[in-house]
Amino acid sequence: MGIKSLMTFRDAVNLALVREMERDPSVFVFGLDVADHKGIFGSTQGLVEKFGRERCFGTPLSEDAMTGVALGAAISGLRPVHVHIRADFLLLAMNQIANMMSTLRYMSGGKLTIPLVVRAVIGRGWGQSAQHSKSLHGMFAHFPGLKVVVPTTPQDGYGLLRASIRDDNPVIFLEHRWLYDISGEVDENETVPLGRAAIRREGDAVTLVCTSWMNVEALKAAEILARRGVEVEIVDVRTVMPLDEETIVGSVNRTRHCIVADYDWIFCGFGAELAAVASQRCFGRLKQPVERLGFAPVPCPTTRPLENLFYPSAPTIIRAVEKLLGLEETDLRGESFYSYEQRFKGPF
Amino acid sequence: MIRKKEALSLYQKLVLVRLAEETIREEYFNDEMKTPVHLGIGAYAISVGVCHCLPSGAKTFGTYRNHALYLAVTGDTDGFFAELYGKLSGPGKGKAGSMHLCAPARGLMATSAVVGTTIPVAVGAALANAYRKGSDIVAVFFGDGAVEEGVFWESLNFASLKRLPVLFVCEDNNLAIHAHASERRGFRSIPDAVRAFDCHLGIGDGSDLLSVAQNTRAVLAQMTRDLKPGFLHFTYFRFLEHVGPREDFDAGYREKPGPKEMARLDPVRRLETELLRRGVASSAMEAIRAEASAKVRRSAEEAQKAPFAPPAELTTDVWA
Repeated sequence: MGIKSLMTFRDAVNLALVREMERDPSVFVFGLDVADHKGIFGSTQGLVEKFGRERCFGTPLSEDAMTGVALGAAISGLRPVHVHIRADFLLLAMNQIANMMSTLRYMSGGKLTIPLVVRAVIGRGWGQSAQHSKSLHGMFAHFPGLKVVVPTTPQDGYGLLRASIRDDNPVIFLEHRWLYDISGEVDENETVPLGRAAIRREGDAVTLVCTSWMNVEALKAAEILARRGVEVEIVDVRTVMPLDEETIVGSVNRTRHCIVADYDWIFCGFGAELAAVASQRCFGRLKQPVERLGFAPVPCPTTRPLENLFYPSAPTIIRAVEKLLGLEETDLRGESFYSYEQRFKGPF
Repeated sequence: MIRKKEALSLYQKLVLVRLAEETIREEYFNDEMKTPVHLGIGAYAISVGVCHCLPSGAKTFGTYRNHALYLAVTGDTDGFFAELYGKLSGPGKGKAGSMHLCAPARGLMATSAVVGTTIPVAVGAALANAYRKGSDIVAVFFGDGAVEEGVFWESLNFASLKRLPVLFVCEDNNLAIHAHASERRGFRSIPDAVRAFDCHLGIGDGSDLLSVAQNTRAVLAQMTRDLKPGFLHFTYFRFLEHVGPREDFDAGYREKPGPKEMARLDPVRRLETELLRRGVASSAMEAIRAEASAKVRRSAEEAQKAPFAPPAELTTDVWA
């Protein structure tokens, strides 16, 4: 057991970068805004002071070329961490990601090794609209050769990032913006291996398979449902690729009900992959078809009333559980749900 | 000035590439080489000349028109033909094919079938050299069409900003598949546009191997004296169709040059003329050609007989 301390997700990510940069001189952090006074929601703050401008530096607004630069540095033996304040900007870099990063090892007959991490911020903010709100994890995971990580707890932000930096494959690491303020216990000596889901909460009524922020919403939903005796089990997928099917299948086989709550659009999304796993592998055990929750099938709107309808949330999950189990609707008046105006500090 | 002995060694490399590609042209319609071939007849002097001048430890990156680059860097006709025939003994075990030849152990890190795509990757390799305070340089080859890609300008900008030891080599045949430069460029000249960046510039006739080598050395020397990226612009004439083994002068999008002009544009004949002028016996060149021809023939035959990758190879090499 190591030193456990309470810290925010932002500080956990920052600490992971510091520890890896201390441990390995080939690790460097670069990207737009990483070296400015805001430091990507504080997650890269202090790195310039500690490691110098050669190991933490900003770039021109050239996502495509800078992704190629990361790739070139990685095949030359360095371990770049390339940071984007919005995952949407990665669409400018898709050529390097989908045509180069994911293929060069295969086409070189295994001669090239590509140890690099692309960190990008996803999720809601203050009316972030249609071009600052995408998740894209399913799209990245679609390309063989890329690992994809969606951490939720501070411990996972810390442990999965350290594991991702040490991984010899390209890893896309997607952090929900609202997580930065969440606190939780972090054990500095604990890295979290890629490819293992976590059971966040045990229950017997229904399995909720969740990605990223949906875990936070699911925990809230579980708390409310528990008051009426409905105990849901929450599986935090944690890494989209490689996917830990066993934990999901084990849970669904126990509860015999499955709701997939993905932080993305439903159509052709990662949620379909999760639903397929549960349906195929638990077919004989399932009492109902797998239900899927996700974004509304529209570009993300800005105005809050419509944005609230766009994103799935704890109430959406509660209603889905009730429908699946044939229960009366819980009276949610008087319940307090997460909103950006009253950001909670955790613990997670 | 390039001396006679060195010029002969360059001739050897040039002829090896030419004969390898002539063999592809002969064999291609047997349908055993199942990979799109972008032949570089007319272009070899650029890769051969530049690679000849690169210091040891240099890394290179290229395009899908990479046969000359691969052979200039490695001389490995066995691996070359094995990859073209899709065999396990190829550098990519047949998973790469003609468009993605590479030889990381020899410094040829990657080539790509998407125009402009290896340019920033080469800049990243140069960044790694600078990060480690090393003095090795990186060269990246691309066609004039790549200059229309945003990533080219992004890469040139970043390399110039960071004063990275990277040599950009533009192989300009005035064509992007079948589209002439005049249909594609809103600027007058590539060198003029590049002059706006903080880098060393060299311009030359890419059909003339000795001039390519001299230009390359001059820019490399400037890069050593004053560390900044280098940019070499070489023009050349593409003798064959964009992809495939045939001529396509009957397609109507360009004229076939007259015989005298063809001789001037052919880097092999051009070098032969120069070597003869310098007193090299044609028998000496004939001997080099015969040796290269035997080597190429042997490699092609071995590759035809070699085994394909077993089914288990489908799923290897994805993950480290």
